[in-house]
Amino acid sequence: MSAIVSVQNLRKAYVGGFEALKNVNLDIEEGEILALLGPNGAGKTTLISTICGITVPTAGKITVGGHDTQTDFRAARALIGLVPQEINLEPFETVMSTVSFSRGLFGKPRDDAFIEKILDQLSLGDKKDNKVMTLSGGMKRRVLIAKALSHEPRVLFLDEPTAGVDVELRKDMWEVVAGLKASGVTIILTTHYIEEAEAIADRVGVINKGEILLVQDKADLMAQMGKKQLRIELSEPASAIPDALNGYDLARAENGLALTYTYDTTGERTGITTLLNDMQKAGLQMKDIQTQQSSLEDIFVGLVKETA
Amino acid sequence: MNLNAVLTIYVFEMRRFFRTLTQSFISPVLSTSLYFVVFGAAIGSRIETVEGVSYGAFIVPGLIMLSVMTQATANASFGIYFPKFIGTIYELLSAPVSFLEIVAGYVGAAATKALFIGVIILVTAFFFVDLQIAHPLAMIAFLVLTCVSFALLGFIIGIWAGNFEQLQLIPLLIITPLVFLGGSFYSITMLPPIWQTVTLFNPVVYLISGFRWSFFGTADVSIGVSLFAIALFTGACLAIIWWIFRTGWRIRQ
Repeated sequence: MSAIVSVQNLRKAYVGGFEALKNVNLDIEEGEILALLGPNGAGKTTLISTICGITVPTAGKITVGGHDTQTDFRAARALIGLVPQEINLEPFETVMSTVSFSRGLFGKPRDDAFIEKILDQLSLGDKKDNKVMTLSGGMKRRVLIAKALSHEPRVLFLDEPTAGVDVELRKDMWEVVAGLKASGVTIILTTHYIEEAEAIADRVGVINKGEILLVQDKADLMAQMGKKQLRIELSEPASAIPDALNGYDLARAENGLALTYTYDTTGERTGITTLLNDMQKAGLQMKDIQTQQSSLEDIFVGLVKETA
Repeated sequence: MNLNAVLTIYVFEMRRFFRTLTQSFISPVLSTSLYFVVFGAAIGSRIETVEGVSYGAFIVPGLIMLSVMTQATANASFGIYFPKFIGTIYELLSAPVSFLEIVAGYVGAAATKALFIGVIILVTAFFFVDLQIAHPLAMIAFLVLTCVSFALLGFIIGIWAGNFEQLQLIPLLIITPLVFLGGSFYSITMLPPIWQTVTLFNPVVYLISGFRWSFFGTADVSIGVSLFAIALFTGACLAIIWWIFRTGWRIRQ
């Protein structure tokens, strides 16, 4: 796969000196879904705005499909669709008219059949003649997606597409995103919902204080950084961890009715077999065993804390 | 050149105008009729002629200019301020359009609306006064140039304005006084000499004078100077807009 969006040494400083982006380097592969995770004010929206041309970079270079966003902005922007975080729509326009407006702005000839197809895909087909102000919040968000898709972009930026959206609608949105990926569109979404990144992304980037902390394949990230926990329930409570088990990373839980053992999945040995043998030798009776994998959220919180 | 984008913006803006066509049509007709009743019939009956033209006819060019300038400014400033206010400007900034294309779309639509209203007032005037147009082509040219230049000014105001109050401020504090003091309802030769000199610093004087010349063949200042003034004004507005887009002032952070 080749990079469809390439960000090199990007810096953005606002008037007053606040540095929203500090030397950002990022390659986005064609056809992938990249989730940019970060707390509020991390620089996610600034990064997207700078790539899309809404914000002028202070330094650095961005190319989209090989076109420089500064010197060859027409060709670069023609490839991009942007769904902003806020619901910014003309309230008095009809859905059809506002989506057609977006297509026209990108220089494409009017094509009602194509727009209707997009609206149908987003379950907005029967609302095409409704005024935007009569739609629900979830529908308005889908109108924003329809506008971004109206000129057939190859790269779609979704800035917090499910912020403030109920669980059901969020799952609908994930399905929409999966459908877009299947049609070959590269998707970059920002979110601070970890479960969103976990559910739909191919790769995850973590950004904090204007710096990209890491960009990695989601599965690799979880395998590499994920720690697993083994939870062992005991028949009789243990008042203390026996000395014979001091070599293990063990902790008492539930007043000694359970022990948790933390281990690294990337290590050569997990130590589970010897632990269980040693526990038996120490006279601890086991009732049940469970394993738990740390979520992306734990990894994310850990990373952000490290840079705080 | 992204002509499709220019046309898209233009049509989108014109649709807003046609949605409120009744108000757009009735309001200028009504206010012009009122001006004719007050200035033409009531006051005009005591002023027989100004520079050989009946007072009722004399004020027609000034009345048209008054409406055209305020309408062009108001339409263009609202046209670009509204997307800024509701946030839809993100689309203009992230689309493959140049500043010239954005300006052409918004200013073109605002100028067309103002021109439309100017023509309505002219037609209304024919019902009240006996009117001759000495130089029809020059009249059209002056009208179009004024529509375009004041729409450019309105565009700048729309970019500058941070709220709806500011949007009204410049038209109210600067444009309306300049138009009223620019000879809309009188010839500047009627003023004392000192005020005649002061008036020459008002750019609107040159526009109204030139426009009036196209109707009656007489003018307060020479037609060449009028044309130069309007060209200068248009050029200055264009230069400011070019600078706005180059620096991103008030639109791109």
